[in-house]
Amino acid sequence: MSDGLALDNVSVTYRQPGGRRLRAVHDVSLAIEPGEVVGLVGESGCGKSTLARAICGLESLSSGTASFEGHPITRLGLRRRPTPLLRAQMVFQNPYASLNPRRRIGAQLEDGRRIHPGRAPSVVELLDQVGLESSAAQRFPHEFSGGQRQRIAIARAVATGPDLLIGDEPIASLDASLQARIATLMRSVALDAGASLLFISHDLSVVRLIADRMVVMRAGEIVEAGPTEQVWSGPQQAYTKRLLAAIPKADGRGELPQLLP
Amino acid sequence: MTTSPALQIEDLSLRIGSRQILDGVSLAAPPGEVTGLAGESGSGKTMTGMTVIGLQPPSARVTGSIRLGDRELVGLPEKELNRLRGNEIAVVFQDPTASLHPMLSIGSQLTDHMRYHLDLSRSDARARALELLEQVQVPEPANALKRYPHQFSGGQLQRIAIASALACEPRVLIADEPTTALDVTVQASILRLLRGLCDDLGLAMILITHDLGVMSAVADTITVMRAGQVVEHGPRADVIQRPQHDYTRSLIDALPDHQEAAGE
Repeated sequence: MSDGLALDNVSVTYRQPGGRRLRAVHDVSLAIEPGEVVGLVGESGCGKSTLARAICGLESLSSGTASFEGHPITRLGLRRRPTPLLRAQMVFQNPYASLNPRRRIGAQLEDGRRIHPGRAPSVVELLDQVGLESSAAQRFPHEFSGGQRQRIAIARAVATGPDLLIGDEPIASLDASLQARIATLMRSVALDAGASLLFISHDLSVVRLIADRMVVMRAGEIVEAGPTEQVWSGPQQAYTKRLLAAIPKADGRGELPQLLP
Repeated sequence: MTTSPALQIEDLSLRIGSRQILDGVSLAAPPGEVTGLAGESGSGKTMTGMTVIGLQPPSARVTGSIRLGDRELVGLPEKELNRLRGNEIAVVFQDPTASLHPMLSIGSQLTDHMRYHLDLSRSDARARALELLEQVQVPEPANALKRYPHQFSGGQLQRIAIASALACEPRVLIADEPTTALDVTVQASILRLLRGLCDDLGLAMILITHDLGVMSAVADTITVMRAGQVVEHGPRADVIQRPQHDYTRSLIDALPDHQEAAGE
């Protein structure tokens, strides 16, 4: 496959103090087609963020191959990343750390637009897409709330005219009642820009809301993958079943969710 | 104790400048019950909780009444509020990595306020801290006291934050989105813990969450807020199965289980 993202038997290993090795991602194969929204779920420590970092070239692979639009993904070094790989853009968990505090929003969006001149909408259009006023371009990150900053981070990623957006727990640090709203915004912005979306979250109900396909990870491996509704209503693996059973149901019966054994 | 509410909020209003944040909120939290406070972002549910412990923004103007037992909290001087906060009313916040100090050991964070409020000696406070960690099921409590927040997972940290809140045996516990930052599997165990503590200790717990699933699992009564006002209040089963107000109905219909076509 030369379209979209293709991971073949990818493993990522961390070296730990004392010479131990931790295999964070083990033999993962995953393809994301253009225009597809994939939700990656799993508990903390299952390797989902490591996988996202590997896709962006922030971790080197210990085995397997990864390519994006036919170009092999290489580890990001001090040099500028090869142009084709710039079309994969990440939205990080913490919008307080992912924006430059000393530059105006407009300037940061312009940086992104410069990557593919002419392909991305104007700054005003970008801000409008994520529900912010055009006056936001003249302001600095500290003048915005967490939810607004995450909107800006999404606009910045889209400003590059990406083919693949990756969200690594992009809603986890937001006010709880905003999370679903930002997630659906991310889906619509990605699809409007003609990009596919890899949405990583520990929140299964939000993933269900926005993803076409759902991938479940556990201990570095993919345990189940399939169309979202199919996985949700008919999980095949015992682990997925237990994970879904742990979600409290809004039925008013006052039943406490099950514990994992 | 009688069945009279541990905490009674009546006609609570709060203004910041010309903006009305809370508008006539009334709420009662009886001991041994979980009183749920639901609503969307900006509905005033967190502000209600913060006003109870006197942590509203300094420019806010508060009217109405918040009674803890027979004491009135609105207008109480800061010094007296300090004696209540952490002692008779405690809070558990959404993000335990932010609510615990990264550079102090768990032991010193757990004992600090006990020594202040309860006037305990260092060793008595330590013994109590051990007891608390056992109560919230943190593994190896003695070892945990020596460690620092970054050495724990999110779920364990939330247990420690709950232990810290329970340290002075409060009558009222305000839990503001206590499980939102956690995995569903960890959430299940924290919800069980909170429910158990509420039943065993007779705590009056105010659970603030937007998640109606969580609400349905642990709350006894549910109060739904919107734009600073209470729109509906009632027993859990009634509010979720037979909502009376259009707004509550729209919240419940918006749940993925209740809708056929997601309108995106």
